[in-house]
Amino acid sequence: MNVAVIQFPGSNCDGDALHAARLTLDPDAQFVWHTDDGLPAGTDLVFLPGGFSYGDHLRSGAVAARSPIMNAVKAHAECGGYVLGVCNGFQVLTESGLLPGALSRNTDLHFLCRPVHLRVETSDTAFTGAYTAGQIIEIPIAHGEGNYYADPETVARLEGDGRVVFRYVNNPNGSLNDIAGIISERGNVLGMMPHPERAVEALLGSEDGRGLFESLSQILSKGVLVK
Amino acid sequence: MTASAPSLRDRAATFGLSEGEYDLLVHGIGREPNALEAAIVGAMWSEHCGYKNSRPLFSAFPTTGPQVLQGPGENAGVVDIGDGWGVAFKMESHNHPSAVEPVQGAATGVGGILRDIFAMGARPFAVLDSLRFGDPASPRTRFLVNGVVDGIAHYGNAIGVPTVGGEVTFHPSYQENPLVNVMALGLLRHEDLAKGTMGEAGNRIVYVGSKTGRDGLGGAVFASADLSDASQADRPAVQVGDPFMEKLLLEATLDVINAGVVAGVQDMGAAGLVSSTCEMAYRAGLGITMDLDRVPTRESGMVPMELCLSESQERMILVPVPGREDEMHALLDKWELDVIDIGQVEAHDRYRLTWRGEVVCDLPVALLNEAPKYTREGVESEDIKAARERDLSGLPVPADLGSVLLQLLAHPTIASKRPIYERFDHQVMTNTVVVPGAADAAVMRVKGSNKGVAATSDCNPRFVQLDPYTGAAAAVAEAARNLACVGATPLAITDNLNFGNPHRPEVYYQLQQAVQGIADACRALNTPVTGGNVSLYNQYVDQTTGRTVAIHPTPTIGMVGVLPDVKVRATLNLKAAGQTLYLLGDIGDSIGASQYLETVHGLEAGRVPPLDLDLEARVIAGTLALIRTHLTDTAHDCAEGGLAVALAEMGMVSGVGLQVTLPGTARADALLYGEAHSRVIVAVTDPDATERTLTELNVPFTRLGLSGGDSVTISLPAQELQLSVKLSELKAAYDAPLREILG
Repeated sequence: MNVAVIQFPGSNCDGDALHAARLTLDPDAQFVWHTDDGLPAGTDLVFLPGGFSYGDHLRSGAVAARSPIMNAVKAHAECGGYVLGVCNGFQVLTESGLLPGALSRNTDLHFLCRPVHLRVETSDTAFTGAYTAGQIIEIPIAHGEGNYYADPETVARLEGDGRVVFRYVNNPNGSLNDIAGIISERGNVLGMMPHPERAVEALLGSEDGRGLFESLSQILSKGVLVK
Repeated sequence: MTASAPSLRDRAATFGLSEGEYDLLVHGIGREPNALEAAIVGAMWSEHCGYKNSRPLFSAFPTTGPQVLQGPGENAGVVDIGDGWGVAFKMESHNHPSAVEPVQGAATGVGGILRDIFAMGARPFAVLDSLRFGDPASPRTRFLVNGVVDGIAHYGNAIGVPTVGGEVTFHPSYQENPLVNVMALGLLRHEDLAKGTMGEAGNRIVYVGSKTGRDGLGGAVFASADLSDASQADRPAVQVGDPFMEKLLLEATLDVINAGVVAGVQDMGAAGLVSSTCEMAYRAGLGITMDLDRVPTRESGMVPMELCLSESQERMILVPVPGREDEMHALLDKWELDVIDIGQVEAHDRYRLTWRGEVVCDLPVALLNEAPKYTREGVESEDIKAARERDLSGLPVPADLGSVLLQLLAHPTIASKRPIYERFDHQVMTNTVVVPGAADAAVMRVKGSNKGVAATSDCNPRFVQLDPYTGAAAAVAEAARNLACVGATPLAITDNLNFGNPHRPEVYYQLQQAVQGIADACRALNTPVTGGNVSLYNQYVDQTTGRTVAIHPTPTIGMVGVLPDVKVRATLNLKAAGQTLYLLGDIGDSIGASQYLETVHGLEAGRVPPLDLDLEARVIAGTLALIRTHLTDTAHDCAEGGLAVALAEMGMVSGVGLQVTLPGTARADALLYGEAHSRVIVAVTDPDATERTLTELNVPFTRLGLSGGDSVTISLPAQELQLSVKLSELKAAYDAPLREILG
């Protein structure tokens, strides 16, 4: 299984993403620089890490979404390849149109770093197969702009299609419908504000994020591709 | 020349020089300087760069030891933690900028100290902030607290270095002059240790990073003067930070250091281009020539004075290894930074600058780096002496000691700092094993090793005010104790000496005494000084009374320690009911200099409890022994608010109550709220083995009682008193104050 962690110049969870991916999925996971045109051959999972990709100039993720590597990431997603965007990575996914909606400033206008409880809404995705539906997991958040918004029709569609994958038990940022993470129509692109890569080692307080990587591992080792 | 034009000598003060210093300069170079030269000397001889009032005192500090890889004199100190790893660390103040423009002042404080760390070849991996503010009820304090917290969050969160700890306290002496001391730690392999040197003659001098603007002009001189209302007009002296640029600079600098293509590295901090290149030349014992026309500028029309002394942020000086210049440039290209060759290292001893084809500065490197040293006469203030000697025995013991506990927990200095640290990303880099609020120090794991690194910053300014020698020594002792309480062996310190105007004998006395106290404590606890920062002139003229208000003397101690096995550690929360609680150290019998005395009786008075450094060393050894033999994983030191507050904190954090009995015939408030040093509370499951260990190590101890229940209950049999408060009630008092201040 091959994992590519995309590095934008202001990524700051890139090292964390690589560390977690190597620990759980792929000992040879590697970085891919934002000016590259293509992904390494055989890439199974693209990991868009958190950070401030281009200093959050313009809007969070807006510049990153237009960087050369994102063409390759879009092509990868169009072919059914898996993409995981965490925090700023989620913002890049919405800015690049791979996921609907947008992330605006937290309602209290402040950055917030704390462990939060999430409800896994469905175990019927490539990212959540190792969890059970309704399971409560503890994953840290660390963001100032995690307030999910989409127009009412989009939200209704996301809800109707079961594409809200993670929901906050206590909404920390004002997100519509307590949305913490959503998945693409085909089920291969997941964006979420909480940081599962920070919760894969007991030493750091929570291993609840492991399930996400284990889910991907199971799917990929079976060679199961998305519809 | 007209007769009325003031001579440079008359204008010396505008460059931060006294007339005597100006004469010294003329004597040193054998001619009149030009205005640029006078300004450069003024900046280099400022307290911030030249330490002219403080350096003579520093000979007292122990600075060596087997654990010290790099002592004072470089961008940061470095300690050895074993397995080929080193930790670079340093603390620096950004007090005056934060008083005027809190957001940018604090943000650039973070940026500046991070550059000092990566200039050493270390990857920054933790930040701690020691913050002091004035009256928590005043609108100005709220403005400053919110601004400083936003500034730290803005910069630290974006660059992706976790803010893992620190301290926040409130006292009216900081009303107009808050303290913002930022400590950073970085991790490096021994072989990557870089130095701020020019290397050898013929080397190129390369400027990397942001363009130079007019921001931060004269910052070093600004930082070395009293604050006044006119300081508001000094806002251009406050720099503006760009964490995104810093991130690029960080990665680029580490890339070239790791590749072995640079001979020297230094950031452009206070006094900008001049101080960095001057210091690097001095360390190499060489001269330099630089062409100011090559300095990249943000705006047109900048003159040499501005180019030299601008404190624009996110700029570094790199000196490539000769012959590897192209490799260095290729590595830097990836980060799309301005990279400009601005000069070269010379075999002479001159600091020579050219502009538009002319030499505009030609000074001896040594003269710039060897600021005059002043040893002044220190005299203790009579008022302080009287306050210390005040008889406290007539003070009544409050009838309701439980409500005193609530009152202390609700004091913003003691109250929960959660509303602040939740605004900081304290987990990025996935190394933070002990998060803020969980223990007495932060602990980070070292990936690829079993080790952990612990860090803390400490100072009780009330102690230092009433007794600068004991108070400063106590800050070192508290820092070492805090590290022991997480299971770390204390290694070394960085100090940030925040004082008033040293020209005042009573302030100089405090500085003198505090330095001696730090030195003695560091020697006793085997924690050498590896570097630090001095911030003097922290005082303010109150416009209504005309009185000069100096801050409480605040020698903040930043200490680093190592955990041989990061899995073997302790936190302050009680892990279960039914555990036996012990107090290590003496029970304490004085209310002198306590937070209780200030909060409840409105008095800052009395003697600071005596500090026995030998006892401190034994308590530290005892605490470490209990943690490392797995007899305890719960330890907490007693600080502001004494034993009762420490016990309440252990209960609140864990949701597990406790019932204890305090022996002793001292007055009840002294037993509960006195602030004797060298005390640690632990919770254990094997009392016999615990007592054997402590007896063997000659650590005095008291069996206090048991964990359990939903309240904190403390009995004082000799006084026939009992205090019992529900955890929920304690927590309500403890959680509210900072939430309210931060709004």
